[in-house]
Amino acid sequence: MTTIARILRRESTGLVVVLAALILVFGLSTGHFVSRVTLLTIANQVPALTMAAVGMTLVIITGGIDLSVGSVMACAAAVLAVALTEWQWPLPVALAAATACGMLSGLFNGLVAVRFSVPSFIVTLGTLEIARGLAYLVTDSRSVFVGARLDAIGAPWPWLGVSTAVLVALTTVLLAQMLLTRTVFGRYVVAIGTNREAVRLAGIDPRPVEIAVFALAGILAGVAGVFHVAYLESADPNAGLGLELSAIAAVVIGGSSLMGGRGSVVGSFLGVLIIAVLQAGLAQAGASEPLKRVVTGAVIVAAVVVDGWRRRRRAVA
Amino acid sequence: MDGNAVATLEVRDVHKAYAAPVLSGVDLDVRAGEIHALVGANGAGKSTLTRIVTGLLSPDRATMRLGGVPYHPASRRQAEDLGVRLVPQEAPAITTLSVAEQMFLGRLPHRGGIVARRRLHEQASSALVRLGLGHIDPTSPVAALGVGQRQLLAIAAALAGECRVLILDEPTAALGHADAERLLHHLRDLRSAGMAILYISHRLDEILAIGDRVTVLRDGRVVEARAVADTTRDRLVAAMVPPAVPAAPSVPAGSVAATVARDRPPDTSEHERRVALRVSRLSHGTAVRDVSLSVDAGEIVGLYGLVGAGRTELLRAIYGADPHDAGDVRRADGPPLSIRSPMDAVRAGIGLIPEDRAAHALLGSLPVRSNVLLSSLGRLARWRWFVDTGRETSAATTALAPLDVRCRSIEQPVGELSGGNQQKVVVARWLLRDSPVLLVDEPTRGVDVGARAAIHAELRALAGAGRALLVASSELDELTTLCDRIVVMARGRVTGTFTRGAWRDVDLQAAAFAPQDGDVLAAAR
Repeated sequence: MTTIARILRRESTGLVVVLAALILVFGLSTGHFVSRVTLLTIANQVPALTMAAVGMTLVIITGGIDLSVGSVMACAAAVLAVALTEWQWPLPVALAAATACGMLSGLFNGLVAVRFSVPSFIVTLGTLEIARGLAYLVTDSRSVFVGARLDAIGAPWPWLGVSTAVLVALTTVLLAQMLLTRTVFGRYVVAIGTNREAVRLAGIDPRPVEIAVFALAGILAGVAGVFHVAYLESADPNAGLGLELSAIAAVVIGGSSLMGGRGSVVGSFLGVLIIAVLQAGLAQAGASEPLKRVVTGAVIVAAVVVDGWRRRRRAVA
Repeated sequence: MDGNAVATLEVRDVHKAYAAPVLSGVDLDVRAGEIHALVGANGAGKSTLTRIVTGLLSPDRATMRLGGVPYHPASRRQAEDLGVRLVPQEAPAITTLSVAEQMFLGRLPHRGGIVARRRLHEQASSALVRLGLGHIDPTSPVAALGVGQRQLLAIAAALAGECRVLILDEPTAALGHADAERLLHHLRDLRSAGMAILYISHRLDEILAIGDRVTVLRDGRVVEARAVADTTRDRLVAAMVPPAVPAAPSVPAGSVAATVARDRPPDTSEHERRVALRVSRLSHGTAVRDVSLSVDAGEIVGLYGLVGAGRTELLRAIYGADPHDAGDVRRADGPPLSIRSPMDAVRAGIGLIPEDRAAHALLGSLPVRSNVLLSSLGRLARWRWFVDTGRETSAATTALAPLDVRCRSIEQPVGELSGGNQQKVVVARWLLRDSPVLLVDEPTRGVDVGARAAIHAELRALAGAGRALLVASSELDELTTLCDRIVVMARGRVTGTFTRGAWRDVDLQAAAFAPQDGDVLAAAR
């Protein structure tokens, strides 16, 4: 328990305060926002974005970026839905296929970026298009309805209020945070993002680490696709448009540096929650979709400005 | 100096000091229609002097006159407007620009902000023709030119503007034989046309071939200023070397060696010496050519050479940081190691302490502990994967203990430490990794005098504990205090190997200035 307390005390304290303040403000202004139903609804919406943000956090800490997560998620979702309905594959095989689809995309990103020294921005921009195209091909450009086949994953358990997906997402956040802070791999991730050449000259090959991080981000995007289908009971080839930007926003709100070398998975998760609460709260307050976007964008900019200001002040002190 | 020749640039009594004095009362005259050579070993003050003359640096004290008028440039721009132009050793080139754009960068002819292309190309063409580069098309991209031609381009660009005093810093360093010949030929023409040229070079033969007068700097003072006709290569080398300090070279060789042997811990006595690192015929492009050397366990071997001699490149090639194209590296008397990357080198027990710590060794924003542990994380982990914080802390503390690193705690970001302490953190990394061979590049660059002594003591202790050290430095006195042997390089090749007690500074400098095949020896003056 002290470990969790310590994790929260670090960078994340400010985020928890912001999150609590948001909930409070919406609670006071709409009356019924702070209720079990509202909060559980929000919780059941976040697993897909959480998975994408966890992968994005690791990629960004190494100094890279993954723009393909939204398309990869859609592609994995398409494979899952078509495998279950048209191809009649058993559920475990279909799930494995969706995850593998994500992993292959991630491996492709990592291998090309590392082997040919292409900036990850470019490679993943290409993959964004490729995976989106594949999603259309697999679904024949139509939504695929899967029905209740994935309710065990996506539907909230009546006795708990949240779905299996939420539990998996939470576990993933904790495991990824441990991977980052408690393993040699995590240390390499941070070191590479801090000074890649120094890592290389210290006798550590940065390339396998970078490839593994992209592969992991791909797997997580694949699982996000599973959660997406499970939540909506159908796969839409247009799913996850702009998901990469929401994930990047969550990571940045969570205090990671886009320059690499610094970041926290728990912070990114809090970033996801802040975005989700903001969206739900604004909707309940009656804000229109355009207005929601304006406010969300402003919050992202404000979060980064405040974070940088706080950091500089701490550096001076 | 003869009174009838008027100096175009007259520099008197220049003083400049940082922590220690760099220039102490330097005088220099450059006359119209002469090539005045400026020579000196590394750190003699040549660069500082040129920076002062070209307005890049303000002196503590100086009286300068240009064409008889007081001259105190506040900026490079101002110096150039007055006609004093410097072509640096490696003139920066923006390869995506055209030749003409590169030449006139910062003063492109324009009409209302739109570049006047015709005028630009005309001006560029005539400037190129003046230096015999008429064959270069001013519209072609800079990227299409070789390094040598870019150097000539920079000179042509300098001459295209107002130019009364042309300062050339190692202009032939990047040039092949033919290009160098051509450049010297054009410099003679410029001299005949009345240009005042200050020519800085390590290549003494060139100076003897085209210089009119020569000024030798040593430790920030002019130690020799005379007509080139009245000097010789040996005389110039001798002038660059500090006079023998009574303690070191004048004592009979045997007794010095004996003193050194006594200084060493007993476990590295002569009969136990064995080779730890053997480099055979290693080459990397033109920077490292056919280098062979060996370092014994418990021995410190120095690597001396002028700037650009290939010291850093050799260390990097041994370490696998840059691929080598020929030759091999062995540990002890083992088989050739195929070192293709630093990972191979580290696995073979070789560590590198690079010159540019911030860029090549340190994770600046991370704590001291992470920096010390970096190369040993896998070894200290539980089941190879899981960080064992307790074990890491004790390992890092143990590695740092003998080094007396000044930091608040091992959690302090390494970027906040002083240069000397940062250096020690890198040393601790390899102590922890237990690397028997260490390649050290400029161990005391950018550290203060106290830290310098501490680092030297530390390097001796490392050798005393049986490690083999190959230490590259541009400072000869650092190596003569530290090393058992010194290998001297010049332009990528080994030009001499000297053993403690049997070396004289003159010989070491002579090796560093050694001429080579392909040098411009055409002494037709």
